[in-house]
Amino acid sequence: MSLRRLSPHQPERFAFSAQSKTEVDKWIAKFPEGRQASAVIAALWIGQEQEGWVTKPMIEEVARLLSMPYIRVLEVATFYTMFNLEPVGDHLVQVCTTTPCWLRGSDDVVAACKKHIAPTPHTVSADGKFSWMEVECLGACVNAPMLQIGKDFYEDLDGPTTEKLLEAFRRGETPKPGPQNYGRVSSEPAGGALTLKDPQLYNGGYSKKTPGAES
Amino acid sequence: MLSDKDRIFTNLYGFDDLSLKGAMARGAWDGTKQILERGIDAIIDEMKKSGLRGRGGAGFPTGLKWSFMPKEVKERPHYLVVNADESEPGTCKDRDILRNDPHTLIEGCLIASFAMRAHVCYVYVRGEFIREREALQRAIDEAYAAKLVGKDNIHGYPFDIYMHHGAGAYICGEETALLESLEGKKGQPRLKPPFPANSGVWGCPTTVNNVESIAVAPTILRRGAGWFAGIGRPNNTGTKVFCISGHVNKPCNVEEEMGIPLRELIEKHAGGVRGGWDNLLAIIPGGASVPLIPKSICDDVLMDFDSLKNVQSGLGTAAVIVMDKSTDIVKAITRLAYFYKHESCGQCTPCREGTGWMWRVMKRMTVGDSNPAEIDLLQEVTKEVEGHTICALGDAAAWPIQGLIRHFRPELERRMAARKVAAE
Repeated sequence: MSLRRLSPHQPERFAFSAQSKTEVDKWIAKFPEGRQASAVIAALWIGQEQEGWVTKPMIEEVARLLSMPYIRVLEVATFYTMFNLEPVGDHLVQVCTTTPCWLRGSDDVVAACKKHIAPTPHTVSADGKFSWMEVECLGACVNAPMLQIGKDFYEDLDGPTTEKLLEAFRRGETPKPGPQNYGRVSSEPAGGALTLKDPQLYNGGYSKKTPGAES
Repeated sequence: MLSDKDRIFTNLYGFDDLSLKGAMARGAWDGTKQILERGIDAIIDEMKKSGLRGRGGAGFPTGLKWSFMPKEVKERPHYLVVNADESEPGTCKDRDILRNDPHTLIEGCLIASFAMRAHVCYVYVRGEFIREREALQRAIDEAYAAKLVGKDNIHGYPFDIYMHHGAGAYICGEETALLESLEGKKGQPRLKPPFPANSGVWGCPTTVNNVESIAVAPTILRRGAGWFAGIGRPNNTGTKVFCISGHVNKPCNVEEEMGIPLRELIEKHAGGVRGGWDNLLAIIPGGASVPLIPKSICDDVLMDFDSLKNVQSGLGTAAVIVMDKSTDIVKAITRLAYFYKHESCGQCTPCREGTGWMWRVMKRMTVGDSNPAEIDLLQEVTKEVEGHTICALGDAAAWPIQGLIRHFRPELERRMAARKVAAE
């Protein structure tokens, strides 16, 4: 378990923007009547997208909106680790350091973050633009080591590449997500895919068979 | 090697057209209506005959699981829930299906829902996969627009499919924790029974299946159970997406035949072990939860459920984590111990307290700050955690450590002796 508490410094109030509210309503509509509590993760996420972190007034507003007791929403906000319970930098840098990434050099990625952002995690950089943290497996293990900035994964990293990446963000650029080395597009082996090269795969030549033909 | 024509995920790497049009050109949504017209019993029978075992880690026969749903829909509607909460360290296969081949999944959801008399399906995607859930949502929107799904679709079976997401909790990959989370609660696993097929989401009959299990179903039903069962070995049939990470020259995902020799998998597809096969130390063959196997076993083990079980490990999610001789093996497993400590939901005492305890002892053992008797104590504690919790996270935390002790006890003792000498 990880111990997570609300920040002692809280804003006075919170309100969903019109656009956020529309989004939340769309989520509520995904569930049967009376099951609107199922939208709680989505509602907190939309709130976090709007404010950057999850505040106490936001939790209260979500509870009111979904007709849930405050404590139930508080439980969700503190249980799920993607909810930031304190302010973060404009760019939240999440470095995966679980074994598959560690085997391929995530220590160097962490070192680059310490150098370029702040010596300690969960600390907003001097220019307010970044904060970084270590996270558990992000599920891009064949492209290790990797990190997530905002919504995007940056993969196939090493120390120098990470430094360049952070410098680009600092200049206000948004580098292309995905693999940053070895000329890869996604999860294929470096140097090009060794499978899925048969052209007939792409005109339905093989899978287009009358149902039941072979059964 | 599996030939391209027998691969199900023909756009695994996302090189081809990602749209519905592209997916249909590759064969998706071909004759789906005729598949449904065969009827529920025929579909489930075909799935059983294919020998497909669940691809989420446990390997439970998929067709059999589908058959557990009530035969009649009474006042409580049936639900299909797809587990796309892919978080097992080493595993990144469902991600490729979601972002590059989502229509295989959506078609599978319709067919599986039909076979289980469900009219609504939720796909629970892990929170961090933001781009992946956008990709899935785009594909769902396309399928609605083309009337392939929806209340009034061309298949004549009313069906709604919704993307749902989590927010960073490994435990939500456990099926009952996932259902709790879907209901808007903390992801803490439920005691079974009742099993989800009787009482799942909102107390209604529910089946939870892994992404890959559902996404292979349409192709199995199109090409026939015999085709799928003809790949691999008895009881371990079909194709499987393997994720090869760690110390190999070319880490990658690849769909291969079940039962492919581990060495062949690594050498043919991942460019071999860094520094050559003889530089191999150990491999975790099925995601972080399964015990590691040393090189001597890796030499000739086959990659399937039964072969890996026979060497006291498991196929799990088929995430192959390779470690060469430069690896600090104790540190590698200690990092996994930390992972389980971090991800324990806190509900059961043996897991909540045990994962932290095991991690702290492992941390000391990394630097040899322990004594050989404590290895036995650690082993005993793993046995106290294993099997004494509501869900399998306790087991998953215990197994990697048991694997380390089983195969690398001399290394643990060597560190203790070295520290003692240094102190003197």
